[in-house]
Amino acid sequence: MELMPSFRFHRPTSLAEAVGALTLDPHARLMAGGTDLLPNLRRFLARPGLLVDLTAVEGFGSIQKMADGGMRIGAGLTLDALIENDYVAADWPVLREAALTVAGPTHRVAATVGGNLCQDTRCMFFNQSEWWRASNGYCLKHDGDRCHVVVKSDRCFATYRGDLAPALMVLDAEAEVIGPEGVRRLKVAELFCDSGANHLNLHAGEILVAVIVPAAEGWCAGYDKVRVRAAIDFPIAGVAAAICRRGSRLCALRVAITGCNSAPVQISTAEFDKTDWDTATAEAVATAVRKSAEFRRTSNVSAKYRRHVLHAITVRLVERLWMQGSSLTVR
Amino acid sequence: MKTILSLTLNRRVRDDLVPDNMLLVDYLREVAGLTGTKKGCDGGECGACTVLVDNRPRLACVTLAHQVAGRHVETIEGLANNGGMSRLQKAFHEKLGTQCGFCTPGMIMAAEALLRSNPDPSREEIKAALAGNLCRCTGYVKIIESVEDASRELAQ
Repeated sequence: MELMPSFRFHRPTSLAEAVGALTLDPHARLMAGGTDLLPNLRRFLARPGLLVDLTAVEGFGSIQKMADGGMRIGAGLTLDALIENDYVAADWPVLREAALTVAGPTHRVAATVGGNLCQDTRCMFFNQSEWWRASNGYCLKHDGDRCHVVVKSDRCFATYRGDLAPALMVLDAEAEVIGPEGVRRLKVAELFCDSGANHLNLHAGEILVAVIVPAAEGWCAGYDKVRVRAAIDFPIAGVAAAICRRGSRLCALRVAITGCNSAPVQISTAEFDKTDWDTATAEAVATAVRKSAEFRRTSNVSAKYRRHVLHAITVRLVERLWMQGSSLTVR
Repeated sequence: MKTILSLTLNRRVRDDLVPDNMLLVDYLREVAGLTGTKKGCDGGECGACTVLVDNRPRLACVTLAHQVAGRHVETIEGLANNGGMSRLQKAFHEKLGTQCGFCTPGMIMAAEALLRSNPDPSREEIKAALAGNLCRCTGYVKIIESVEDASRELAQ
């Protein structure tokens, strides 16, 4: 039988009850699908006193189209349900494209939108068994006092590897968060901070409840990633982009990346807005992306390889979207 | 802490006193005694522990037993009909879809979920549905042929 940390399991049916449980126990952890948290618990990478399972909260997995043409996606919606949703496929295909690349089909049945956004950062020195980590002296992210990636660093460089975050960021989506102080809204990009050990801007007792995606008419958006095993893996590098094209003019461009830094990063692309497209544009965008990305040895591929593939997939994606954008019917 | 877990397991309602931190795979193997569900990796990477929860495939090694309270869980043992093999089990047997056999229960449960929602899948659809199931003997071609064979039998 699996040796597991000892914890109590609580299954609230309302968000108020869930916030209450979190507030009462500072060592409580939230869980939805469990596909990220439970493997970490099996490796003793967290020791929560209480596990709060959100899957029984009413309406937590709902998805609605709103009157202004936008969409509200409940954080508890499974990735499988997101992929099968007709609105998503028709109006926000980039979300479907990104969700389809998350893990394997059996994970996607359980994994949720909120869980995918909030998933823990990853590192080859962290996502290991207890005996492996003990023999290596543990690390800064958990139990230890040194980082094995950047040895003299006082911060953790574990990498954010979620696929949905960059796709939502190029759609300019917002996150709705509920907590003891009430409800607040922030941009999906603001949900994260660039720290491997503490990558979420959520206060004690707060829960991500939904993401609100505005109408994406006129935009052509896509997602691309590279992984070691194409059927199941986290990204070595991932990039999402959205292009607004009028003829040969690039009206606006948004790019966000994952799999490199400790948070998903929105790339500053203002220099490309309202410019004419030429054959060097995609390369220039990829160079801008590369400048904002950090390449560290947090996985079993080299930092150099990661830098090369991020550049290559950015060029490939931006060129694809530019071609798709020539048809007015494509969003 | 232990609490009562009520669920339907292979069409039979059960109540058990189960620790809060017990994984579904451990509940199936240690409490219910159904050792057909295998544990092959240390966390959702191999698919050997795939079971059905309300007809959808689920990895029992990254699911807590209490997460499936009130649901219908089906394991490889539940597929047999009066001691005889199901159509998928028969197809794996006849088309040599099994080598060492360790991944087979997970493969069959993932394939069973596919055939229930899509009785006539294409080869690509079969590959996509089994993408999370690893076979260390690497007998993937025979596995895919076995699923195709079962779907043909179903179509007739």
